[in-house]
Amino acid sequence: MTPIILVSHVSKIYDTGEVETVALDDVSFGIGKGEFVAIMGPSGSGKSTLMHILGALDTPTSGKYVLDGANVENLNDDQLAEIRNKKIGFVFQAFNLLPRTSALKNVMIPMMYDAVPKNERIPLAEKYLKMVGLGDRMDHTSSQLSGGQQQRVAIARALILNPAIILADEPTGNIASSQAEEIMEIFQKLNEEGHTILMITHEPDIAEHAKRIIHLRDGKIVEDGNGHKQRVVRI
Amino acid sequence: MEYKEIVEEAGRTLTLNKLRTGLAMLGIIIGIGSVIALVSLGQSSQAAVSSQIESLGANLLTISPGSQRGGFIQGGAGSATTLTLEDAQAIATSPTVTDVANVSPEYSRRAQVTAGGKNTNTSVTGVMPIYSSIHKVGIAEGQFLSEGDDARQSKVAVLGPAVVTDLFGTTDPIGQSVRIQGQSFRVIGITVSKGGTGFGNADEVIYVPLSTAQKVLFGAISLTSIAVQAKSSDVMTAAEDEIGYVLLDRHKISSPANADFSIFSQNDILSTASSVTGTFTALLSGIAAISLIVGGIGIMNIMLVTVTERTREIGLRKALGAKKRDIITQFLAESIILTFVGGILGMLVGILLSFVISKVISLPFTIALGSIVLAMGVSGAIGIIFGWYPAKKASDLQPIEALRYE
Repeated sequence: MTPIILVSHVSKIYDTGEVETVALDDVSFGIGKGEFVAIMGPSGSGKSTLMHILGALDTPTSGKYVLDGANVENLNDDQLAEIRNKKIGFVFQAFNLLPRTSALKNVMIPMMYDAVPKNERIPLAEKYLKMVGLGDRMDHTSSQLSGGQQQRVAIARALILNPAIILADEPTGNIASSQAEEIMEIFQKLNEEGHTILMITHEPDIAEHAKRIIHLRDGKIVEDGNGHKQRVVRI
Repeated sequence: MEYKEIVEEAGRTLTLNKLRTGLAMLGIIIGIGSVIALVSLGQSSQAAVSSQIESLGANLLTISPGSQRGGFIQGGAGSATTLTLEDAQAIATSPTVTDVANVSPEYSRRAQVTAGGKNTNTSVTGVMPIYSSIHKVGIAEGQFLSEGDDARQSKVAVLGPAVVTDLFGTTDPIGQSVRIQGQSFRVIGITVSKGGTGFGNADEVIYVPLSTAQKVLFGAISLTSIAVQAKSSDVMTAAEDEIGYVLLDRHKISSPANADFSIFSQNDILSTASSVTGTFTALLSGIAAISLIVGGIGIMNIMLVTVTERTREIGLRKALGAKKRDIITQFLAESIILTFVGGILGMLVGILLSFVISKVISLPFTIALGSIVLAMGVSGAIGIIFGWYPAKKASDLQPIEALRYE
């Protein structure tokens, strides 16, 4: 199993001057290619901090993080931007589509910051929008789409540059439960096609769609397994 | 990101909020428009003044009576009645005056003039026949005053075209009579228009024989001015000196500092006039430039609001791979498009404005290419200067903070 993500002894400490908050405390784990992992934990458990570090949106205070063969822990802002662009596909809880902008244009945003030849961009964006079942709504702006549809646009956007990993942060958090199931089906289908997916959620029934669940509490991994037994990986 | 793409993206964003974009541009439109209009108007009025002064005659020196000295009381300039026909004759005949070609004694006063029920207040100038050649007065119809008219103190008049329009409208005035100060004069000629404007219009004048003006109309023995034409432009200063000594001698004044007359050359008048219009133009342009800076601050204000409003978008773009440079260029492109498009619109407004104003106050319509180039450059520069800070601010946002922003 090729590791896509390798986290070893990662800590994140927020120092506000008076109080030191330990958000992540010596966390280590690995995620292999083709895995579908859910990270669970109550609020304040450090799962958002972990997500930010895994998403190259933030750097750890100490420890090592290797993403798809690239060391991420001490890159500058622009280098992190490039990692995010090429290796990570983000799916956010609040969808984060550009307002008053068509679904097609939204899906094309990551390509603006990459060297995809111009004539290939529209066909590529159309291909992924069709894949998530929005082939007939490509010109709709986000206000003309339901929550589930907006999230599907966001998934198409995450896939467009064929990232090493898809990072989904509470992907069903803002969606009606009937549509949440459709979103999870899309994730499962993508996983079956070989995409590596890491999802943060606090809902157990959503986490159940993953093959592996990592439980966080107080910045530490307390459980790592298929949801039944603890299997802390030491690297 | 390619530049074409950046411009497209920035343009698309600007069209999303047309009202705000329009208002932000308005400041630049007004600024650039007023700079171009004022500079153009300043330059054309300067050109108009210069050509008007030049049309008064070549190599001309004008002698005016100075202030009258009586004990310790000094009267205002031009108040003296010391300049006489004899002075003019002395300048023309004195053996020490070698650089003067022609001498034209003149007596000018404003008077009420009537003809066929219409009346106007205009300048009545008593002149010798030589006047027309020194001052380049052309005759459109009829003839100019003759030596005989002067000798006989004839009550004949040559009208400027503006006076003809005022008194006769479209009917032919030749042979008709006009009443000046209640006395009847026969019109014998009309001069060619010099295209003057405003106060001191060279077209708004009536010429009568000098002797008639002095003795019949106004009962004066002095002159209001003597125009002297030098033999060439090179001897203007020499002529000025020669005339000065003759007049000082005749008026029995020992020191030139106490002279009761003054001599202006046309160049003096020209440089005074152009320095006045130049100062005026600079002043107006300065005010216009301030409005341009205010416009730039308006752009900065709007861009700062935009950055705050689009914090989430910036965070998202960064999360999806936008580098600092990408964000800076995107926002800078927006402010440059704002100021550049505003600059082009402002240029059109400025040209239109100076066209309309030059028509209204009948100035020649000129557009200085330099002012257009400068205005466009300045508007682009304003986009960069005032857009830089908001763009930098946007690019410095941390993606996590920006994504979290509500």
